[in-house]
Amino acid sequence: MWIRSTLTYRVSFAMTVLGGLLVTGLDFVAILLMFSQVDVLGGYTLPEIALLYGLSATSFGAADLAIGSAGRLGTRVRDGTLDMLLVRPAPVLAQVAADRFALRRVARITQGDLILGWALVSLDVAWTPVKVLLVPVMLVCGGVIFSAVFVAGAAFQFVAQDAAEVQAAFTFGGQTLLQYPPTVFGRELLRSVTFVLPLAFVNWVPAAYVLGRPYPLGLPGWAAFASPLAALLCCAAAGLAWRVGLRSYRSTGS
Amino acid sequence: MGSARLYAAVAAGGFRRYATYRVATAAGVFTNTVFGLILVYTYLALWDERPHLGGYDQAQAVTYVWLGQALFATLAIQGGGFETDLIERIRTGEVAVDLYRPADLQAWWLATDLGRAFFQLLGRGVVPFVFGAWFFPTALPDEAGVWLAFLVTVVLAMVVSYAIRFLVALSGFWLLDGTGVLQVLMVTGVFCSGMTLPLNAFPRPLGDIVMLLPWSALLQTPADVLMGRVDVWSAFAFQAGWAVVLLAVGRLVQGAATRRVVVQGG
Repeated sequence: MWIRSTLTYRVSFAMTVLGGLLVTGLDFVAILLMFSQVDVLGGYTLPEIALLYGLSATSFGAADLAIGSAGRLGTRVRDGTLDMLLVRPAPVLAQVAADRFALRRVARITQGDLILGWALVSLDVAWTPVKVLLVPVMLVCGGVIFSAVFVAGAAFQFVAQDAAEVQAAFTFGGQTLLQYPPTVFGRELLRSVTFVLPLAFVNWVPAAYVLGRPYPLGLPGWAAFASPLAALLCCAAAGLAWRVGLRSYRSTGS
Repeated sequence: MGSARLYAAVAAGGFRRYATYRVATAAGVFTNTVFGLILVYTYLALWDERPHLGGYDQAQAVTYVWLGQALFATLAIQGGGFETDLIERIRTGEVAVDLYRPADLQAWWLATDLGRAFFQLLGRGVVPFVFGAWFFPTALPDEAGVWLAFLVTVVLAMVVSYAIRFLVALSGFWLLDGTGVLQVLMVTGVFCSGMTLPLNAFPRPLGDIVMLLPWSALLQTPADVLMGRVDVWSAFAFQAGWAVVLLAVGRLVQGAATRRVVVQGG
């Protein structure tokens, strides 16, 4: 229904997708500007960073399209319209995800795909079957991990109704973080996004295998294939957080 | 004198409106700090590769990052100030009521937006900036005079930012749907103000051009004044010049726009 409502205004839809491409593309423009001054950043070349960027942007875009609407949960808690979803005979999470489903978010995926495509073409990598297979695995697991972050963020809004920006720090912040090579960041930051919130498994660790780079934090060799496990753990944690959040929900009522 | 009291009250209202949402403010502080951290590390890597890029040393580049995070909400660099309200009022036609009020449209919204900006500066700006200065090497002046000059440039930047967004909002009289222009505002604001990369670190001809545009008055000028890289008076003149020009254009467009308004009676 939300898709049809959006497509009714074709020109407006095309404009917002185009605008979305520009807005989300700005991050990559910043990287291009940096590379107009240097040849490597944190030891990574432009095609290598483009690979990290494309993977992160595409998987984040997929998660944002699927469940990005969960960011609006805080509004629903505040104005009490969440009650409406609770009495309907469908899972609340599915309703929250479909709420104002915004097809214009395809812009982010499109933009990520374009850069990923360019990176794959211009990279100088000795491709093996395992490496080729790892690319779609990263995209899927990355999408799942980011979705879990969205759900956990939504669960947090049951408690802190007004704090949608905290969620943005983890979702959009996480995506921005992963656009740059891990070698750029401090050890503390790397530890927390590897072991606490396993964002590093979206692209950093598996991509290090593809590119033949040393793993961040000296992780063992099998870590490159641990993304599905990380995704699974994220889902379990997010699911738990969501249940706890939903249980603790008290309607605003008068 | 009466109108000065009126606009002061309007500004206070703008301040109080944003001060009400304490959790949202705290959340914003958290977000700005996280983004500041990410940017600082990338800038440090960049300046490692090219020391003195754009004439900044590493400490100055770090200062620039935290200043950007402090002014991001204050100057509504990506939008998110009064303009969404005004565009909505134009779309629904409620602006017709505003035009009948005994207060000027441009001055009224300027007062609200200044109130908002001052709150965001205190509520969302100070904490990330202090955090950054505490944990990273920064290049901050120790003369009170420089800090005073910096505060003046920030206030001038608030006015320039307002003048840009007022023009954007007025376009709603012709376009009706505001989403497109708001998106353009986001792109130009983030790119041309130097949020992505300091304008003096841009490649040559491009950098010189964006430096002349009004957006460079938002972040680049206050940063350069704080770090003592430009002559204070020419910085003031640059910002004030753009403020006057943009406000004057806003006035002209406002006149043209109000002549277009047709009030539907019932």
